[in-house]
Amino acid sequence: MRPEWKDFVGGKWENEINVRDFIQKNYHPYDGDDSFLAGPTQNTKDLWAMVRDLQNKEREAGGVLDMDTKVISTITSHGPGYLDKSKETIVGFQTDKPFKRSMQPYGGIRMAEKACADNGYTVDPEISEFFSVHRKTHNAGCFDAYNDEMRACRSSHVITGLPDAYGRGRIIGDYRRVALYGIDRLIEDKIDQKNSTGRVMTDDVIRLREELSEQITALKMMKEMAASYGCDISKPATNVQEAIQATYFGYLSAVKEQNGAAMSLGRTSTFIDCYAERDLANGTFTEEQIQEFVDHFIMKLRCVKFARTPEYNQIFAGDPVWVTESIGGVGVDGRHMVTKMSFRYLNTLNNLGSAPEPNLTVLWSTRLPLAFKKFCAKMSIISSSIQYENDDLMRVTHGDDYGIACCVSSMRIGKEMQFFGARANLAKCLLYALNGGVDEVTKKQVGPKYRPVEGDYLDYDDVMAKYTDMMEWLADVYVNTLNVIHYMHDKYCYERAQMALHDRDVRRYFATGMAGLSVVADSLSAIKYAKVKVIRDEDGIITDFETTGDFPKYGNDDDRVDSIATELVHKFMTMIRRHHTYRDGFPTMSVLTITSNVTYGKATGNTPDGRRKGQPFAPGANPMHQRDTHGAVASLSSVAKLPFMDSQDGISNTFTIIPGALGKEDKVFAGDIDIDLNK
Amino acid sequence: MQGRVHSLQSFGTVDGPGVRYVVFLQGCPMRCKYCHNPDTWAPNAGTLMDSDYIIEQYERNKGFYKDGGITVTGGEPLLQIDFVIELFEKAKAKGIHTCIDSSGITFNPKSPEIMAKFDRLMKVTDLVMLDIKHIDNEHHKELTSQSNENILAFAQYLSDNNIETWIRHVVVPGITDDDEYLFKLGYFIGGLKMLKALDVLPYHNMGVVKYENLGIDYPLKGVPPMDKKILLEKKQVILDGIKKRRAELADKQ
Repeated sequence: MRPEWKDFVGGKWENEINVRDFIQKNYHPYDGDDSFLAGPTQNTKDLWAMVRDLQNKEREAGGVLDMDTKVISTITSHGPGYLDKSKETIVGFQTDKPFKRSMQPYGGIRMAEKACADNGYTVDPEISEFFSVHRKTHNAGCFDAYNDEMRACRSSHVITGLPDAYGRGRIIGDYRRVALYGIDRLIEDKIDQKNSTGRVMTDDVIRLREELSEQITALKMMKEMAASYGCDISKPATNVQEAIQATYFGYLSAVKEQNGAAMSLGRTSTFIDCYAERDLANGTFTEEQIQEFVDHFIMKLRCVKFARTPEYNQIFAGDPVWVTESIGGVGVDGRHMVTKMSFRYLNTLNNLGSAPEPNLTVLWSTRLPLAFKKFCAKMSIISSSIQYENDDLMRVTHGDDYGIACCVSSMRIGKEMQFFGARANLAKCLLYALNGGVDEVTKKQVGPKYRPVEGDYLDYDDVMAKYTDMMEWLADVYVNTLNVIHYMHDKYCYERAQMALHDRDVRRYFATGMAGLSVVADSLSAIKYAKVKVIRDEDGIITDFETTGDFPKYGNDDDRVDSIATELVHKFMTMIRRHHTYRDGFPTMSVLTITSNVTYGKATGNTPDGRRKGQPFAPGANPMHQRDTHGAVASLSSVAKLPFMDSQDGISNTFTIIPGALGKEDKVFAGDIDIDLNK
Repeated sequence: MQGRVHSLQSFGTVDGPGVRYVVFLQGCPMRCKYCHNPDTWAPNAGTLMDSDYIIEQYERNKGFYKDGGITVTGGEPLLQIDFVIELFEKAKAKGIHTCIDSSGITFNPKSPEIMAKFDRLMKVTDLVMLDIKHIDNEHHKELTSQSNENILAFAQYLSDNNIETWIRHVVVPGITDDDEYLFKLGYFIGGLKMLKALDVLPYHNMGVVKYENLGIDYPLKGVPPMDKKILLEKKQVILDGIKKRRAELADKQ
């Protein structure tokens, strides 16, 4: 066994790149409570004060403190940056100083220029020229290949939010590999992979070989970048500090090269804990020191920044990075995967205060240890900053080493990735079905010129037949647009750093999404159960509706309408599945617009459910605002009926409740007289 | 059998352990001055509902109630004790946790007929949340229009029959916040061997609107809501009473 691995339990992981096997053989489930946790050190407090100060300055400066306009960001483009070198136990920034946003033009030069211009900066003209004349970007590639129909759908917003001008993100490198194996071993492995490709030079083999070469280059650059900070990551990490540092360098390489829509971290805490337990047992570090490393690591993750435009921030409601870290869960052997490190990660919310990033996500299972559940509840009450996801649901298909990208997209770390594909507007598609493909806002013929509905009143069977045809068309143009986008992203803006930390052959989820589910469900319910009269404008386009009578509304646990929603999800997913997907991507769908539902609503005319033109859709799979009138359980039950296997990329339900409705404050009511009496 | 139901709440988190399906039954003989549900007083109002329907609604979403169950409250639910017996017997047959939130006002040790019903009900009841409005009988009458003798007897009955009990007490500024009586209340409930929790509720005036809608004068006009800090002090007084009684009982043994 290598000396760096001394005291670890050996296994398959020694001879192959297999982090999961290492974790399963070496982690220590922790059933205890939070009393072992350490508070922040003076150095942590000092460093965090500096970050807070920079955050304030950034806010005062209007959102951006500094931007690079000359240097194209790569893994090695910038020299080392520090807050205070003497106090940082975990080092590394995206550029040579904290809060300076890097320039990443490979996704699209115009987006990079605009991100600068909107914040009062100007991209060096030479760089603008280079990426306009000499080197094509992902964005330019997409528009070279788009057909007229795709462009029309894009401008009418029947398909929206497409990652054709920004980084698609949602790819999680297995950053832990850097710590466990060291870069040299990973390079050897990649060389082996390259030598194992097919001998007949088909397109696929050529592309794979080129990508593997790119990955090897990225790995070499990671080593070089780490060396500029005085760290050697060519060999495996020897202790917990080095393990965190190496993992972070892996992640840092990714965010230096990719301004992706979600740049998630993966599932690192239980892995890191294996090192912490070894160091505690050997007396290498104390609990205080280990917590300090974790605090400094999380602090760095909170400082990840990207150059973005106000329009982008509008779609995504702010400037999120989605540094999602998945914590806890249960192993396939039945042992829970909560370790002391799970507590330490959440404890950063105490030591540094609450923050939206990193997006600490607990993979919840009924079988998590009680003390950890209590700690989660306590930290949620204090910080409002923890996300919970259903491990019992996802473990079935994803095993016990998956992570969440963005908010809900699950994937096996280092073995699966996602082609993020934004959303199709199903509500607008319904209006296209009524109007024979004519857009209700622009009056342009966007969809195919199918027969529009005739007469003054809508007939359910007639509308459903037409809607089904229009959905078929939309699924077709949508999937094909995404095929173009992902082809070009791979070609011009390839995620070499993240993919270097994946296996050679990965499963690629081809993620699609739908927006407006509850609008459509209620609209179809209105047509079916009430009487909907259409109102046509002077051009004969249906632009409004008069609905008489009541109809069941999604969100009330009423099967009459919930079945419409369920059927819609199943139907659209089936249509998506029928199409060819780029690189044999495995098609999935999400119902999860958390913020962009506002934008989608803006672009959509009046709908038969009574929603007015421009009004926001409900977020994700939510019932429409104020239409769920039968209480929380009924509302949640409607959403819970949606089939997960037809929306494997996630279903979201944004549920807000006043704290008092969730229970009483423990000081007022402990629920146990003995607790009260012994206080 | 049908009961008169005021309303149903599918996501109850403050009326017993866990997430609960809460059935508000119609009708109450008490006229507590601070009552925030005057719309539940009239015994002949409400919606007639089958016990089967309620069980069906519960079963439909039982996944939500894994650590909870059914709570009947009101109004005074035991005004319809026959209905509650039927509902709980059906619930128990399905393994559902059952809880009654009651004032205990209908309890009557002198009536064999009533006692038989209570005995039968307690066989299918997991938890009683008993709301003691005031420990002193004169003040109790003044506050609620009823004597507290049977209520305190009910508390003792629960203790004697090993029924888990939570005691609830609403603290109203100037009316039920006297330390002497709070201590006495604590001393009394300290003697209940199945006492599992104490739920001290701060008076609030969110019920005022309902009074206005019903055209009834609000009896506690001008009384401010209970301050949370003071509430915790008052809770401690009750706890002190419980401790004293428990210490005495321990000495005796």
